Amino acid sequence: MSFVSQIVGLRHSLWIEWRIALRFLADNPLQTLLISVAISVGAAVIVFITALMMGLQNNVIERTLGTQAHIRIEATQQHNNFSATPEDTYVWALESPRAQRLQTINNWQEVRDALDHYPGLHTVSPLISGPAFAQKGNARASVALMGIDPARYAGIIQLKDYLVEGRFSVGASDVMIGSKLAEDLGLRTGDKLRLDAGDNRQAIMDVAGVFELGVRELDSRYVYTDLKQAQTLLNLPGGITILELKISDVFTAEYWAQRIEQLTDLHVQSWMESNGQLLNALRSQTMTTQMIRVFVAMSVIFGIASVLAVSVVQRTREIGILRAMGSSQQQILRVFLLQGGLLGLCGSLLGVMVGYVLVQVFNGIDERLFVIRLEPSMLLSAILIATASGVIAAMVPARRAAQYDPAVAIRYV
Amino acid sequence: MIRPWRFVMSKSPLLAHASGQQVVLQLDQINKIFNADTPLKNHVLHDISLQVSRGELVALVGTSGSGKSTLLNVMGLLDVASAGELRIQGHLVQGLTEQQRTQLRSESIGFVFQFHHLISAFSVLDNVLMPLMLRYGKPSPEQIAYAEYLLGEVGLTKFIHESTNRISGGQQQRVAIARALVTRPALVLADEPTGNLDTQSADEVFNLFERFNVEHQCAIVIVTHDPRLSSRCPRTIRLTDGRVVYDGASRDLPSLFASPL
Repeated sequence: MSFVSQIVGLRHSLWIEWRIALRFLADNPLQTLLISVAISVGAAVIVFITALMMGLQNNVIERTLGTQAHIRIEATQQHNNFSATPEDTYVWALESPRAQRLQTINNWQEVRDALDHYPGLHTVSPLISGPAFAQKGNARASVALMGIDPARYAGIIQLKDYLVEGRFSVGASDVMIGSKLAEDLGLRTGDKLRLDAGDNRQAIMDVAGVFELGVRELDSRYVYTDLKQAQTLLNLPGGITILELKISDVFTAEYWAQRIEQLTDLHVQSWMESNGQLLNALRSQTMTTQMIRVFVAMSVIFGIASVLAVSVVQRTREIGILRAMGSSQQQILRVFLLQGGLLGLCGSLLGVMVGYVLVQVFNGIDERLFVIRLEPSMLLSAILIATASGVIAAMVPARRAAQYDPAVAIRYV
Repeated sequence: MIRPWRFVMSKSPLLAHASGQQVVLQLDQINKIFNADTPLKNHVLHDISLQVSRGELVALVGTSGSGKSTLLNVMGLLDVASAGELRIQGHLVQGLTEQQRTQLRSESIGFVFQFHHLISAFSVLDNVLMPLMLRYGKPSPEQIAYAEYLLGEVGLTKFIHESTNRISGGQQQRVAIARALVTRPALVLADEPTGNLDTQSADEVFNLFERFNVEHQCAIVIVTHDPRLSSRCPRTIRLTDGRVVYDGASRDLPSLFASPL
């Protein structure tokens, strides 16, 4: 039999198999309704838990990484060089580590331009960062002086979004300071602030704006100015200390960090390395979500399987009749596989709707909580997985039905 | 106007040569042993040899446990003989795959069971069409018309869209007869089709068998305990302990029916 005629035959055969599967399900409406509700509850739990966990993770990532770069590139740290020792000789050395002074990334413009060409790298922003004192009258505070390229830095932290006072400006004489620092030094927009980076490198700046990133350490120490002013104060003319990067997929940060390190031979650190505990928490959360999904899916699969197993026993005689009337084993097999798939499909459609409602209810509870976003692809995958699970669940009872001896099945009472 | 009995029934390669066959069913030294290699071994059929030709109406009689239903199952390809040769429309059944046996069964044989065995999830018409739908998929207008014609012939025109649960036992059995004939099989096997009916309904059902036997020229083998009905069949095969003890004209067998069956 040719392949085409086999396909045509299967199409004809599926027509009656669909009808039998639908009639068998409709013939026992209570049983069908109960298992559909059970499947829909499972599907709703999977949809809601997945969406909730994704929303929670996105929120944590957004809050944590919203105020920091995904990848930081720094100049290689200074270290002691040792002279080569002869073979088979052991040398014990007492090493005094070298003090790490501020140093620029060599050829940072070339590195920046090279990284600009990678599509996976969202933003490459130069930064010069070093210690300084901020002073107003007799009040003094140690600060981190951050010289930025405002246009590029907007891709790392959108400072405008965090402004609580004034305007965003980091010109030659303008600085932006954190809200805690402003509070500590009694500063307001328009006030003067003296910055002292040591060795008589001082500048009097205007406070153009006050921001609040929501991280106490940053709000009490960060002072933003432009690159040139910071380079002058920190005595690194033309230099920068850090290249900050944001990437499209935050979970590929480590891959990019290693790749950039190999490319530039600079010291590269991803957020995954510097926030190990956060990463562990996210991974544990993902694993927990997966386990919940697997267990719920298993209970749905076993639910469908048990209902179909009962249905196969209930319909033993009808299966025997169908076999006597000329249905093949494959037709009987497909009738029950279709029933499993139909139950999975209908149950999951209902479940997705319930899950959607649950998510809307959650989003409406308190606006200060994070917002759960439901991706259409997630809903579609839930339906597809539930339908496939239904077919898988039906395999054992369907095989059993197909293997019934028609002579015995017909006599079944 | 549709002439319902003119729709084309395609034959599989298995039956390509079978159109001119007069012998529909041929059994040669058929044996059936259950649990052959165990202490529960049960030799049910012993060296059964017989043949049934097109247009014959045969009664298969015998006491309970004599092997009638087992023989019917073997004839109907619902069960496999342990030894011997079985031919349906000249085609040797031994050595066929399960799929080929199913195909041969659907093309050549119609069944009527004691308890009618209709599928309650479907209407009367769908039950009659079921063998065609299993074979061809969606039924053609000609096939539907033929099923309606058969239902008309068994007097059930006004019930065609009813559920099978809403008609009487006699009517259900008549639906089962229409279903057995819808594929225009060469052989119809009926396992005590009147066993569950009152005398009047049993007579009506048997009348249908006689009529279709003549009109459709199909061979019909009926297992029955009712001597009144078996005597109406021209030929009787009597089984005792799995052996054929009589195979001949029913009229020559009055003494045997005097004994309890």
